[in-house]
Amino acid sequence: MSTATTPNLPAAKAFDYKSIMLKNASLLAFLALVVFNMIYTNHFISIQTLNVNLTQVATIVIVGVGMTLVIATGGIDLSVGSMMAISGAIAPLIFLGTAVKISEIHLAVAVAMVVAIGLAGAFGWFNGWLITRFRIQPIIATLVLFIAGRGIAQVSTNGNLQPFKVPEFQWIGLGRWLGVPVQVVIMVLLVIAAAWVLKRSLFGRQILAIGGNENAARLSGIPVASVKRWVYCISGLCSGIAGLVVIAINSSSDANLVGLGMELDAIAAVAVGGTVLNGGRATITGTLIGALIIQLVRYTLLSNGVPDDVAKLVKALLIVVAVWLQRQGRS
Amino acid sequence: MKKSAILSALSSQGVLIALALLILFGWLRYDNFLDPFNITSVLRYNSMFALVALGMCFVIMTGGIDLSVGSVAALGSVVSALLSSQGMLIGTLGGVAAGLCVGIINGFVIVKLRILPFIATLAAMLAANGTALLLAHDESVSVSYDGTFVNLGQGDLFGLPVPAWIAVIAYIIGWIVLNFTASGRTVLAVGGNEDASRLMGLSVDRVKFMVYVLSGGLSGLAGVVLASQFGAGQPIEGVGWELFAIASVVVGGTLLTGGVGSVGATLAGVMLLGLIFNVLNFENGLGWISLSAYWQSVIRGLFLLAVVILQSRLTSKEAKA
Repeated sequence: MSTATTPNLPAAKAFDYKSIMLKNASLLAFLALVVFNMIYTNHFISIQTLNVNLTQVATIVIVGVGMTLVIATGGIDLSVGSMMAISGAIAPLIFLGTAVKISEIHLAVAVAMVVAIGLAGAFGWFNGWLITRFRIQPIIATLVLFIAGRGIAQVSTNGNLQPFKVPEFQWIGLGRWLGVPVQVVIMVLLVIAAAWVLKRSLFGRQILAIGGNENAARLSGIPVASVKRWVYCISGLCSGIAGLVVIAINSSSDANLVGLGMELDAIAAVAVGGTVLNGGRATITGTLIGALIIQLVRYTLLSNGVPDDVAKLVKALLIVVAVWLQRQGRS
Repeated sequence: MKKSAILSALSSQGVLIALALLILFGWLRYDNFLDPFNITSVLRYNSMFALVALGMCFVIMTGGIDLSVGSVAALGSVVSALLSSQGMLIGTLGGVAAGLCVGIINGFVIVKLRILPFIATLAAMLAANGTALLLAHDESVSVSYDGTFVNLGQGDLFGLPVPAWIAVIAYIIGWIVLNFTASGRTVLAVGGNEDASRLMGLSVDRVKFMVYVLSGGLSGLAGVVLASQFGAGQPIEGVGWELFAIASVVVGGTLLTGGVGSVGATLAGVMLLGLIFNVLNFENGLGWISLSAYWQSVIRGLFLLAVVILQSRLTSKEAKA
């Protein structure tokens, strides 16, 4: 006859269990994928598989770090792919000596990298300026650069492919540091730095406060406009780095292709990773895991003989399910 | 409400003035600009974008967004090309049905699962792209020239291309629906203030669902025109169409926050952005300058930039007044 009180206890326990599951859904999904592959995919446990997957995922994570910060403020950046194209188009113009002649190759490469990444950062800052100065919605403000940016990259190279063989530069995409691909090192460093900024620094607190409630943040004295400009600038810088990595891997720069569709991959990684898309809550490690999940799903399907087209369908389903689960977790 | 109505009127007049100026410029500067050949080819090509932009206009007026239109059009073109041997009707219906299916899924995910339109349609974009590639076996599907299917994209009727007629009829229906039916007024009410509309007892969910179905169907139809015009279903076509459509809608003065919009101005926006490319071609033909086709995206981007800055200026002035 203990109908009134006892049923509450197991119910409460079950709820806790469920919420823990939901909170760590992306991590659990990632582990499940790894276990699945260990059992079913041949040669999964090898340094080579690890390197292949990490190399492919690195650019998405690098862009995703900037995207996570942007989304944490309640914004979005559609122009990341175009900024990659700009950075990828400008760098070879400098180190190949097409635009300016610098005889010392190391200096040329250094200048090329700084200018290319800096230019992408400047364009990102321009996005932030549009959004804060004119109160244009982020999706439209960055749409401008999405359309114009690739055009700028194409115009500056005349749409030509720029092939090159410059080991001093390509180190960023092909080199190894203690056996680890350089872009993976960059990715890890960026993830650690951004995670620290978001969790521990004033800037990170301000980002989350703006995403949670912009008006409240403004009233409490947070310099909303300047924080937002910096966030979009960081997204541009990250895209600039990713653009250099991509052209270094390809040994050529094609303004028509560099970074094409990257905005989708980056946003998908952020969404699957559990960052709230309305802003206010964000996780950089989540984005890393999100990108790894998407990469691993694709790898699993492809290495088990499923065509790439089906992998796209699965990716679409994955995004919807991840965001839906996130909603369930909150409500 | 009144302020935003004034703003919309201003912007929609603005796009018409800009369009008129551009046409005048072209007419004065280039010999063959207003030749029937140029007019029909511009209309034929841009009617696909016009169809996609019409659906986008309705979606944006509810405060949503549809990023899947480009790959839905590609899917529609593949399905209709596969069915084209069965004649014009079956081919068209197939392509539109494919678009409607994606629209229904979008509407369900957005309205029932309450997922942001942005993410839901992003996923649909991937899914439609994957399905189109699967159906087409990763290559373009030639259209059957035996039947009447190709007339839809390549034929003329009373001196105008058939696709232009399709677009014009779609816009007239869209204009009537938006301005003279309860559903149309609900679209604007939902975009203006969703909670208030819900409290007033308007069928918010049904209308939101319908705009995504509409957008899917129109994108599918655009895909049918694409397949029939170029003689092939093209699974990788449609990249960037969504942004072109959004840009056209914005240039037409529809506010992205929803609640304000004009079907006619959207059409003017499509024509304006389309003509920029045409003018560029003529300018190169003169031989004074040589701008590569790549400049068109730069110019389109700058144009969009000018319009959104102008819009934001007008809104802030309205707010202050």
